[in-house]
Amino acid sequence: MDWPGSCLSVLMEQIRVADLTLAFDEMNGFGQDVREPYAQVAAWLDSVRVEELRKKSAEAELLFRRTGITFAVYGDTEATERLIPFDMIPRIISAAEWRRLAAGIEQRVKALNAFMYDIYHRQEIIKAGRIPAELVIQNSAFVPEMIGVEPELGIYSHIIGIDIVRTAENEFYVLEDNTRTPSGVSYMLENRETMMHMFPNLFAENRVAPIETYPDNLRKTLESVAPRRLSKDPTIAVLTPGIYNSAYFEHAFLADQMGLELVEGSDLVVLDGHLNMKTTEGLRPVDVLYRRVDDAFLDPLTFDPTSVLGVPGLMDVYRAGNVTIVNAPGAGIADDKAIYSYIPEIIEFYMGRPPILKNVPTYNCRKPDALKYVLENMAELVVKEVHGSGGYGMLVGPASTADEIEAFRARVKARPDNYIAQPTLALSTCPTLVEDGIAPRHLDLRPFVLIGDEVRLVPGGLTRVALRKGSLVVNSSQGGGTKDTWILQD
Amino acid sequence: MLGRTANDLFWLSRYIERAENMARLIEAGYRIALLPRADGDNNEEWASTLKSAGCADQYYAKHGTLSTKHVVDFLLFDATNSSSIHACLATARRNARAQRTALTREMWESLNGSWLEFQQIKPDSLRPDALPRILDWIKERSAGYRGALLNTILRNDTFYFSQLGTFLERADNTARILDVKYYVLLPSTSMIGSSVDNVQWEAILRSVSAHRSYRWVYKDSYRSWRIADYLILNHAMPRSLHACYSEIDSALDGLSEVYGEAKPCLATAKSIRKMLDQGHIDTIFQSGLHEFLLDFIARNNRVAHEISEAYHFTS
Repeated sequence: MDWPGSCLSVLMEQIRVADLTLAFDEMNGFGQDVREPYAQVAAWLDSVRVEELRKKSAEAELLFRRTGITFAVYGDTEATERLIPFDMIPRIISAAEWRRLAAGIEQRVKALNAFMYDIYHRQEIIKAGRIPAELVIQNSAFVPEMIGVEPELGIYSHIIGIDIVRTAENEFYVLEDNTRTPSGVSYMLENRETMMHMFPNLFAENRVAPIETYPDNLRKTLESVAPRRLSKDPTIAVLTPGIYNSAYFEHAFLADQMGLELVEGSDLVVLDGHLNMKTTEGLRPVDVLYRRVDDAFLDPLTFDPTSVLGVPGLMDVYRAGNVTIVNAPGAGIADDKAIYSYIPEIIEFYMGRPPILKNVPTYNCRKPDALKYVLENMAELVVKEVHGSGGYGMLVGPASTADEIEAFRARVKARPDNYIAQPTLALSTCPTLVEDGIAPRHLDLRPFVLIGDEVRLVPGGLTRVALRKGSLVVNSSQGGGTKDTWILQD
Repeated sequence: MLGRTANDLFWLSRYIERAENMARLIEAGYRIALLPRADGDNNEEWASTLKSAGCADQYYAKHGTLSTKHVVDFLLFDATNSSSIHACLATARRNARAQRTALTREMWESLNGSWLEFQQIKPDSLRPDALPRILDWIKERSAGYRGALLNTILRNDTFYFSQLGTFLERADNTARILDVKYYVLLPSTSMIGSSVDNVQWEAILRSVSAHRSYRWVYKDSYRSWRIADYLILNHAMPRSLHACYSEIDSALDGLSEVYGEAKPCLATAKSIRKMLDQGHIDTIFQSGLHEFLLDFIARNNRVAHEISEAYHFTS
């Protein structure tokens, strides 16, 4: 599923066991006075009645439904398109906090792209012994067909979503990088639209940085990576798996905002070494393909032969430099869970400086020291399968029985390469409208960064919040929601 | 524009128009079914309604005999009947979702709103007096969508393909309504002023919402040849074949201008337009109303087919 819920649910499992009262609150810190960025909103929350908020919330829901901001669930009919709950109390980040995050994000995405270029070319980082060869070469996210390919401007991942969590005033961690086809940016934009529609006066009282330039930035990014030989304006298309895909709304939304064609695989054909789309006037060339289809389905002649979502021969056109695929095939090698723990080293290696943003400390069980530590401290750790997702194949130590831990210990011992472990994090919370009124709920943040002729980062991101007390799973199918994210201006 | 987009826009309009026409057909049929009849059998009228709707065989296969409840349910709510209002709205909405980028926000919200509301209707717990309200609501929503289209869409290929869908469907619908009842319009069988004929004629006019405007135009009681003239040749009557072809003609002119090339479908449409421009109702009756209508329906289909070929609806 394309929707970014699955990975966070894993994280939320981790904090299930953390003491909620100890978590850092975005508005109240560790229980002191209201934090500076929230001064206005805290005053507003004091003055507004909960019933009023509920009324507005119902209004917003109607608006989302009418606009069709829904996601389809596989195999279901139109009747069961779902809404992602929207919480109207904003998540606020100060200008100073954002400057640090932005610097860290820029450093990180440059390093990730440098890493991918290196991995698909000279593999210096492997030769330097900074990352084990088999971790890359035997990785299922590594695409050998990409070796030696020269993507335009050397960029593999043009759109990256970075999942960031917070545990204290100055403690931010990157939980995960999403370098393939990150989704959720349409919710970032629509949440803002909805908030401005519902509470215009809040925007008069707070200096909230605008984010509506995102589609324009995305278009500029896509234009900047068009095949260089083109003299004219490049033709750009957005490739979607179709209306039954869970993120279809976003695909249509972005194509619409950028004024680009939204195409499906069946609208495209390779002819004479070029990618073409079937228009009312016959075939027309496509120069840049912003694909929201996974690698495996891109080209049945190169990857999964049963795929009907892609275009036969697309990879040949790509390798010949006649089309740019965004993000490039094989970009998943940079967001693999096993690679994740090496990201600090990757940043040092390519950027020559220590990382600005921290990783969650991760124990790679393939390393004997780490394995020993994990086996001894399993009850305090979260242990995950390297290729697992959505909360499967994992152990939450503090929430498990002794028998469960023993069983998992045996599995880790049998195949240490297949596991990583992380300490349990107490994620920050933010006041959220729930059944009992307004209460703190845990959240994360996914900013979306664009990499082309320059790095473009709109001041914002998608804040996801675990709405249910107790379960703390943020997965959209299990009661996870979103908030508008405000970056304040000085 | 993608060929698939043109195809979806064309059919989106057709299905909206079809849903609206279906609402009118049900309304006209329902009126007759409510009339007292000497033989007590008021259901026969539904047979021609089903024929006009083009789904009589499907109906009999499913329900066997005619009954108001079954017919209304079949034409309004039955998702397995591809011509039912339910199916029309579902398909239109699916096409709209697939082509959101081509529609304005107003068009999408109008259509999406209709679909969401329609889904709230529970056919099983419907009271008999709710039917007229639902049919009115459908016509209203269709008009709302057309209004959103006319008020907000750029006058480019998106607009023209939408117009073509609407008016090809409407022309087909008017022609089929006439053809199903052509025999009640023939002078030889009509005893002018007989009450049965009057009921039938009014039903025809009601099926195209023309029973009041007829009086304004002809200032006379119903006459069979005038009804035929009105629905076929009158250029002012917005559901007449002639009016439809004025619109089809100008939409195809628009496409030729947008794409800088005239396709064969334009010539075919122009020849039909010319035939309607110059047509005379007496001549049509003399050479056979039924034959005329059958020929028209076939030519109308040919235009639709030529459009889909010319603009690569599928390839």
